This record gives sequence, structure tokens and C-alpha cells, in this order.
Amino acid sequence: MTTATIAGREIHVDAEGFLTEYDEWDEELAKQLAQNIGIDLTDRHWEIIRFLRADYRENGETPTLRRVSAVGGFPTKELFQLFPKKPAKKMAYIAGLPKPKGCV
Amino acid sequence: MKKLLVLGAGTAGTMVVNKLRPRLAEDEWTITIVDRDDVHHYQPGYLFVPFGEYRPDETTRPRRRFITNGVDLVLGEIDRVEPERHRVVLTDGAELGYDKLVLATGTSPRPEETPGFDSDEWGRSIHTFYTLEGATALRRALERFDGGRLVVHIVDYPFKCPVAPLEFAFLADAYFTRRGMRDRVELVYVTPLDGAFTKPVASRHLGGLLEERKIGVETDFYVEQVDPETKTLISYDEREIPFDLLVTVPLNMGADFVARSGLGNELNYIPVDHHTLVSTHDDDIFVLGDAADLPTSKAGSVAHFQGEVFVENFIRHVEGLDMVERFDGHANCFIETGNGKALLIDFNYEVEPLPGKYPLPGIGPFSLLEETEMNHWGKLLFRWFYWNVLLPGKDVPLPSAMSLLGKKTEEVGA
Repeated sequence: MTTATIAGREIHVDAEGFLTEYDEWDEELAKQLAQNIGIDLTDRHWEIIRFLRADYRENGETPTLRRVSAVGGFPTKELFQLFPKKPAKKMAYIAGLPKPKGCV
Repeated sequence: MKKLLVLGAGTAGTMVVNKLRPRLAEDEWTITIVDRDDVHHYQPGYLFVPFGEYRPDETTRPRRRFITNGVDLVLGEIDRVEPERHRVVLTDGAELGYDKLVLATGTSPRPEETPGFDSDEWGRSIHTFYTLEGATALRRALERFDGGRLVVHIVDYPFKCPVAPLEFAFLADAYFTRRGMRDRVELVYVTPLDGAFTKPVASRHLGGLLEERKIGVETDFYVEQVDPETKTLISYDEREIPFDLLVTVPLNMGADFVARSGLGNELNYIPVDHHTLVSTHDDDIFVLGDAADLPTSKAGSVAHFQGEVFVENFIRHVEGLDMVERFDGHANCFIETGNGKALLIDFNYEVEPLPGKYPLPGIGPFSLLEETEMNHWGKLLFRWFYWNVLLPGKDVPLPSAMSLLGKKTEEVGA
């Protein structure tokens, strides 16, 4: 486990910079994380990030794109517009959740 | 009399009824298992059908033959579970009551969920090996294939046997090489994840396997539709991948009765306690195998390790004792890499696949994250083991919990 200094604070992250401690996240930090990957957060981004945070708290898993669209009600096409190229990864990164993974 | 009802006579369901029957007194418990037909599929065998290595009929046997005496097999389609009434209703109207219910109804490919798969090209230029029918059709398509672009494609995670499409790509490379036409085939592996390998240690050890075989990789490709006219995969961010032959892993979903019963998530997987496998919705329902919503692989090995934990816990549970056994997410999978070699991976909820030896530390005979002929023999022998040891519920001399002994743990975070 490594730490990084983000928005002036010591934060626990994995090798790719994804937060590993759910409770170390706050909205200030999210703004900095978004800036790191070149995203300006709009109200719509915030709605999605709040859905991810709430869903993770309830289920203990980073929601998949399909879940964000099916349960959260955010169309997949829009997710690709708001978080270009790698929405699942970028949403998880900004929301301070573990990166979605396969088995190997 | 108390009633144990098991839905699904696949790997998980068959194994646990066979293990439980001798341990639950016949004058106290009836055991009933339900499935839609009497055909048990050895699903790991599907991978070998397209390459002519297994005949289609070598992958199936009657379910009944593997279900022990004293267990009733009921054939029927499940309409719904009614947890509050402790009963299951079949589509023909039959009602089956239970004291304890086990859901082991698996997951299945749903090509109709992707626009364009449901077209005339399905079975012609668009294939899957995830059903016996599909694997058989793909065998003919590969025989006829005279070169061009073969795309191996994953619609979305999770799906069963998550290493299978990778194995398919490796075996296709070996198959076309054997036929002397590899130079006329472009192989491309298309994944919605950010790499063919996503775990750090496995990526480091296996990252070169695709490149060595000249298999191209397209990452972060989340398919929106396929255009059957132009034979093109189109993603949500409007990238296009043309193909001559497409081998896809369709969206996988749990059984439809799960949705009708209000027990599942958006893909009909059933949320459970990760360690006891008790449904989060109802204490009298257990969920085993692919049907469960768990952060581990959907694979037969998982069903096996879960089954062992479940059986011990269930015996304690019905005797009024606490369930002390805890499932750790343990999975292991052989990965065929072609030309008579294979890899083996072993992992759980917490520990990613690491190099080392399995099952005996330092000895093996199997090697983790390393291509060996012994691993390939393990994969082939597994079919015998499946029918003769695993399904009958015989004791397997392997611990159900994953072990760190024999693994090179120093590679984590290296």
C-alpha cells in the first residue's frame, strides 16, 4: 500500500492511483482527482459520482457501467461523453473506489 | 419431514446433493433437485469442440446418472420462488415446498441483448463457443475459414470461465499454424477492460503471451451494436472493428426466474453473504456457483470450493450450530496456451494470481503463472476427474481455502 499527497493530504492509493480507503474521499479530493485526468466536473458528473459512492457503500463493489446505466439511470452513451474512452475506470478513480478488474 | 430443495442440477447443485444425502438422515430430510432437462453439460469441454479436439457428444451425459439414490430429480422450468411462502412454482403450475432452498441455476449467454447479434449472420460470420450448439457451428466455420480477420470479443463482465476467450485466442493461433495458414489470419482480442490481463503480477508474467503470438489487443471496447451488413463491431464511443469471423462472449445473465422472484441484481445475480453464501434477502436461501453475485470468478472450481464450505456449514446449521466455515473466494483455472501447454492460476477474494507451485508447495506438480506441459495434462485429466470425482461428491484431497504456501508472495506490489 502506498500513499500519495492529493489536495494537500496524505491519501492511501494503489499502484495506479485509485483510492483504497473509502472514507478518505471527499468532494474536494474528487475535484483534484478529476483535474488529474483532465475532467471538469459538471452537475451531471457529480450526480453520477454520488450514485457510485452510494452504490459502493451499499454493495461493497464498484458498480459496472451496466449497473450505472441500468440502476443509476445514466445512459451508457452519456457516460462515454462525460468520462471519455474509459468511463468505468475514470468514474471509479474520481469517486475514490477500487478499479474494476478481471480475474488475471 | 423437512425438505431441502435445490434448483439447478449443474456442477454446484449435483455436487452438493451428492455430498449432503449421506449426511442428512433419510427419515428427517427429503432432497429434491430441479432442472429443465436431463442433460448435464461438461462446459469446460466446449472450448475444445471448435478445434476438433472433442466431439460434441463427448461433453454431455444424463444428469440422472450423476444424482445419488435418495435424491428426487424433478424436470421442469422454474417460474418463480416465493420466499415468504417457502415454495417454488414451476411453469406447469406444480408447487414445490421447502424448508431450505439452494439456488444453483447458473448463468447463460444472451446474444439477444446486443443489437445485431440477433441477425442472419448469427451462426454464419458471428459465433460463440459458450453453448454446445454454438461450439459445434463454430467448428464448421473454422474448417471453412480460408483467412481474414478473426475477432475474439467479450461483450461485458462478469461471464463464466473468464479465461476462456483468452484460451480460444491462443488455441486459434496454434490451430491456424498447424493448418499452415497462420500468416493469412489476423487475430484480434477485444475486451471492455483496460487490458487482456488486469492483475499486476499476472500482467507482468503473462503480458507477453499475446504479443509473442501476434494477437492484437483492443482494450476499453464496450460494444453498443454489431452491424451484420458490414460485419463491424461498433462501440459506445463510436470505434469500429471490422471482422470476417467474430467469436463473441455474449452478455451473461442469471436465470430469468431470479428477476421474476425479485431476488437478483440487474444481471439476475443473487446477492449473498460472501463467506456463508446465505442470500442477503432471506436466511433460508443459499446460493451456489455462477448464480451468486460474488467478486470472484464464475467457474466450476469456485462451485467446488464453495460446495465444500456450504456442505459443512449446512450440516451445522440444521443442527442449530453456528456456520463457522467461511468461503474465501477461492478459484483456480487452467489456461490452455496451445501446442500442448497450459498455465494455471490460483487466487481468492484477497489474493491475486501469483507464481509458484500447486497444490503441493515447492513440488506441484502444477506450476502457477507458467506455461508447462504438466498443466496441459492437468486440464485434460480434469474431465475424468469432473465426472468421476467432483460430480459424485467424492472427497477431494485439496483444501477448499486458498493457501499462500507455495506462492511467491514477494511479487505483490513489487
